[in-house]
Amino acid sequence: MIPGETAVISGFTDDQISVKLLEMGFLPGTAVRFNFTAPFGDPVCVSVSGYDLSLRVDEASTISILN
Amino acid sequence: MFNQLTGLNQKIGNFPGVTVDKRTGFCQLDDSTTAEIIDLPGTYSLYPRTLDEKVVAEVFTDQKGVFYPDKVVLVADATNLKNCLLLLTQLIDLRLPTVLALNMVDLAAKSGQSIDIKSLEKQLDLPVVMLNARNGTGIEKLKNVLSEPLKASSKTIYKFDEESKSVVDAIKNKYNLNSDYEAYQFLQQAENLMFLSKAERESIREFAKQNNFFVHKYQGAETIMRYGFIQDLLNKVILRSSNEGWKKISYGIDKVLTHKVWGYVIFFLILFLIFQSIFAWAQIPMDFIDTTFAQLSHKLDAIFPEGPFFELVSHGIVPGIGGIVIFIPQIAILFAFISVLEETGYMSRVVFLMDKIMRKFGLNGKSVVPLMSGWACAIPAIMATRTIENWKDRLITIFVTPLMSCSARLPVYTILVALIIPDYKVLGFFNYQGLVLMGLYLLGFLAAIFSAFAMKFLIKVKERSYLIMELPTYKMPKWSNVGFQIIEKTKAFVFEAGKTILAISIILYILASYGPIDVMNAAKETVRTEAAGQNLSEKEISDKVAAYKLENSYAGRLGKTLEPIIKPLGYDWKIGIALVTSFAAREVFVGTIATIYSIGSTDDTATIKQRLKSEVDPETGLPRYSLAAGLSLLVFYTFAMQCMSTLAVVKRETKGWKWPLLQLGYMTALAYFSAFAVYQFLK
Repeated sequence: MIPGETAVISGFTDDQISVKLLEMGFLPGTAVRFNFTAPFGDPVCVSVSGYDLSLRVDEASTISILN
Repeated sequence: MFNQLTGLNQKIGNFPGVTVDKRTGFCQLDDSTTAEIIDLPGTYSLYPRTLDEKVVAEVFTDQKGVFYPDKVVLVADATNLKNCLLLLTQLIDLRLPTVLALNMVDLAAKSGQSIDIKSLEKQLDLPVVMLNARNGTGIEKLKNVLSEPLKASSKTIYKFDEESKSVVDAIKNKYNLNSDYEAYQFLQQAENLMFLSKAERESIREFAKQNNFFVHKYQGAETIMRYGFIQDLLNKVILRSSNEGWKKISYGIDKVLTHKVWGYVIFFLILFLIFQSIFAWAQIPMDFIDTTFAQLSHKLDAIFPEGPFFELVSHGIVPGIGGIVIFIPQIAILFAFISVLEETGYMSRVVFLMDKIMRKFGLNGKSVVPLMSGWACAIPAIMATRTIENWKDRLITIFVTPLMSCSARLPVYTILVALIIPDYKVLGFFNYQGLVLMGLYLLGFLAAIFSAFAMKFLIKVKERSYLIMELPTYKMPKWSNVGFQIIEKTKAFVFEAGKTILAISIILYILASYGPIDVMNAAKETVRTEAAGQNLSEKEISDKVAAYKLENSYAGRLGKTLEPIIKPLGYDWKIGIALVTSFAAREVFVGTIATIYSIGSTDDTATIKQRLKSEVDPETGLPRYSLAAGLSLLVFYTFAMQCMSTLAVVKRETKGWKWPLLQLGYMTALAYFSAFAVYQFLK
């Protein structure tokens, strides 16, 4: 994804992290927007269900998106 | 919010076994009812990611526990209702009588969201109160609701499937629990619930395994079901208009503050401001405290009759208390800054900016502020590590922070640098002495970073490090929260770490003032006999007596015993004594050196320097403070854990003597071997 892009979440690839992500509002079927990255490309800032979160890239990469 | 309910009537303690602050207070609900209120750490759900959140899970699932609440007030941020409701649905399933307090309703309205409170109450079957914790509106209403009897909501949000139902029922009956969901929590996270005995936790885990109860599968399904409920609920109760203007401002600020150049420039300017203020501004109140306690000591001397007990009070206990109080200005200033950074929402951006770099060294984005504060003083810095949620990251930060050259090392550095490094200039403006001084700071910093890097591999913690963190919108800090934070941290230091500091300083005082009685009693005579015929003034003689007494005290004897060990570093027993006494605090080195060379009690650096310069090594006939010995001593002070106050704070923050002792051992070994290498190499 590139900064500014929005996508729909389809699922997760890591069980342990997925639980935490679900709690924070990353639900399959909701839209997630990739806002911007920190200066060294990690972590990233995303918006989901109406607020902003920061995730490490390896955490964000466990989220699968549609197409 | 908590402050609004309880006012100043609160106390701070720790939850048993963990370093999570527990704040409790009392609140007058109506004329006849007073409630004890416990402030729990904020969390999104019962499944903990951090130590703080673990406490919440335990409190709510331990029916027999002392903290098990009669009623729960869930304070939810109305601008982010969706995520706050997750925990609420879990509390409902636990059958806990709960009041939902909606905070920041005004901000939500500004963003175009209004909430239909009546409908929300009906859907959830529990009372909802609108609040503004910043100015206190709604607090009275909340007190009224709390003084009435409150029933648990009749709703059940998470319904178990056939398979899990029987497993859950078995646990529910076995432990006599009052809700299915509580039993389900036992199955989900027995390992986090410390009120269960080890055997119970094992047996629950075994039981779950036998019955194919897969923790992650159910947790995922549960969260999805809950959010399904919440989404339906919100569709019914939220009246929306689209105006996201207030968010745009926050985005605008983020563009600058997380910019790849300006972000760091601004961050380092802020750090510099913090550093500067702990270093320079705190000096004024600290000097004041220092002189006040010194005068108090003198005054007491004048009032008290002679005797060992009174001397202990005026020279042991009073300076000991002074040694605690003197840290208050630095602690207060650092926490003023930190709480402003947290309140405004900037702290999460700091983590965002620094996380990648710090993670390479086993640290965390939040380690930056404690580490840099360590340049001023390790004590407030170590207390500041509480902002780091991950235990391993926090521990590593605590462990390496004392390696940063704190301001107490500066007097030692300046006197030794001035003594052994010639006052030359390089390239016209670089002063040799300045360069060496900077090198020492750099050396401490590198040692801290590399130790952290090594520890990253040594410490094994099951807890995985996450950085799933909310980036809140920017807002003005609430100043009374800042004030509370300062008072809370200062109290914690004075009353908890203070005890240890006082005890050690009294022990050190006794070691440095007492020795075998006959030798000490004869001190005056011995010195007078030796000095006979030398035509010394009274002042010189009393200086010599002081030196003689210190030399023959227990601390002095310890210093002498140490001589063979420290000889390879280029030190003699006089330096050994200074090492022993300066264990209390590094700056004591200067005072001890002054006494032992019988210069009398002076802080005048020039005098001490003159005296040290003329000191000769009796074996070689060369100056005692050669370049090699001097540098070796400097390196020793850079690395050594010569500060009992830091040890006391580490003990408080890690809940035991294991880490402070490891730290003491590690730093002393590092100091010893580095100093050894320097001396042997340059000799």
